Amino acid sequence: MKNFRRLWLDGPYLLWTAAFIVIPLFTIVYYGLTDKTGAFTWDNILAMGTLERMKALILSLVLSLIATAVCLVMAYPLALILTNLKSGATGFIVSIFIIPMWMNSLLRILAWQTLLERNGVINQILQAMHLPKLYIINTPYAIALGMIYDFLPFMILPIYNSLLKLDPNVVNAAYDLGANRFQTFWKVIFPLTLPGVISGITMVFVPALTTFVISAFLGGSKVLLIGNVIEQQFTQVGDWNIGSGLSLVLMVFILISMAVMQHYDKDIAENKTAL
Amino acid sequence: MQEEKAFAKTGACAVRKTEGIPLRKILSRIYLIFIFILLYAPIAVLIVFSFNSSRTRAKWGGWTLQWYVRMFQDAAIMAALRNTLIIALLSALIATLLGLMASVSLLNMKHKKRSVVLSLIDIPMLNAEIVTGICLMLIFIALGQFLSRWGYTIEFGFATVLIGHITFNLPYTVLSIMPKLRQINTSTYEAALDLGASRWLAFRKVILPDILPGVLSGFMLAFTLSLDDFVITHFTKGPGFDTISTKVYTEVRKGIKPEMYALSTLLFVSILLILLIFGRGPKKKAASEHLSRV
Repeated sequence: MKNFRRLWLDGPYLLWTAAFIVIPLFTIVYYGLTDKTGAFTWDNILAMGTLERMKALILSLVLSLIATAVCLVMAYPLALILTNLKSGATGFIVSIFIIPMWMNSLLRILAWQTLLERNGVINQILQAMHLPKLYIINTPYAIALGMIYDFLPFMILPIYNSLLKLDPNVVNAAYDLGANRFQTFWKVIFPLTLPGVISGITMVFVPALTTFVISAFLGGSKVLLIGNVIEQQFTQVGDWNIGSGLSLVLMVFILISMAVMQHYDKDIAENKTAL
Repeated sequence: MQEEKAFAKTGACAVRKTEGIPLRKILSRIYLIFIFILLYAPIAVLIVFSFNSSRTRAKWGGWTLQWYVRMFQDAAIMAALRNTLIIALLSALIATLLGLMASVSLLNMKHKKRSVVLSLIDIPMLNAEIVTGICLMLIFIALGQFLSRWGYTIEFGFATVLIGHITFNLPYTVLSIMPKLRQINTSTYEAALDLGASRWLAFRKVILPDILPGVLSGFMLAFTLSLDDFVITHFTKGPGFDTISTKVYTEVRKGIKPEMYALSTLLFVSILLILLIFGRGPKKKAASEHLSRV
């Protein structure tokens, strides 16, 4: 009777996890390593080697690294300011900067398309002020801008949370022991918030690396990221084997960034216990 | 705040405090406003354009509501809106139920087994959306090929999208419910059992009221995520089935119609209302803490 009850409770979600999370991962590996007849092959992985695809992959890596770096530089001061707010409406103010995280990213990118167009809002304003126009739509610059805009809240939130958890006594101790602001920041505050920084980096880097919406809206059809290349394999070309092979290559980068995060997190845990 | 406290402590630094703070304060206000404008100006522009009576975006033709009227008269848009709402509601309900069962059962597991199962459930949250979408698409294709031997087919549409949404919602509902369940004092539950309540009754009367806030916020989180999703839907939908997001995507690639701005505004405003009404704080905090823990 007890076993039956357990089965009833455990069964549905375990079954769901197996059927729609675990088995699909094996399916993508299977498709990626076989050809149409089901025979084993490396060809789908090596398909990444064409000039066009390598260009897309490298561009994706470069743009997502730039976007991550800019997000970090913009988000850290903001998170510091938010932590130091002494207003009764702190909760509200903080949520203003976090809410965009939960708003449809497709639409937010659409908004930037409207802003950046040749005759878009920004160019009309520039024209009215007799300034030179800005033609960055359909270039990698527009895509980088879209990434920064889209993922900035994902960097703010974890850094803000780790700053909140920071023990004020540790910071006070640094000042008492004669450290100046700069030293206190680099030697105490920043290292202690590193787990938040790392998780922010992952939360920006992975979606930026794998996006195809931002490049579809802001890059026209001229600039392709690796996300677009893979998406086209599935929705337009219909070659699931090559599509899966390319996805496996992409997943290597996702796994690397997660491994880095886990590594740093562990180090932090050790440092904390040492303190 | 901490820095200032430190300065206040030592007299020497107090002088620096009175000199330094105002400028810093002004600069930080300016920076806050700058980021605020950066985040919200594009959305505001999009909303304003939904009231522009001129068809081209290059010109402002005065205020109008005609795009909203047209939107509500467009059968395809209304079908997409209906699909979006039904999928969001059903997927949030089922994911919450599964998440509740998972949380209860995970809590009874041994530590090691629990962390393995938990990290499996979390995969859709940590993985790139495009990979999750492709994985789901492939499993439906593979299942379809397998079933075709007996003459069955799998049609990409409502059911496949629903399954996809439940799958990516599941980690978030578990995340909302688990912490609440952990805080519970199990002796009240045991007392209820001792006093003759059945397990189900004891769960319903003793445990459920305590974890209800977690269950509700899990549901709202799942509902919001489902309402907003594009990527998973894009890969699990078939031709002829659309949600608002996929509709916007296909239309925008053809050239933006002003109706799309009206539709976007509608979606933005409803999400904003949901977020403002059902407090946003704790669950997102939990999400990022969870992420940093993994």
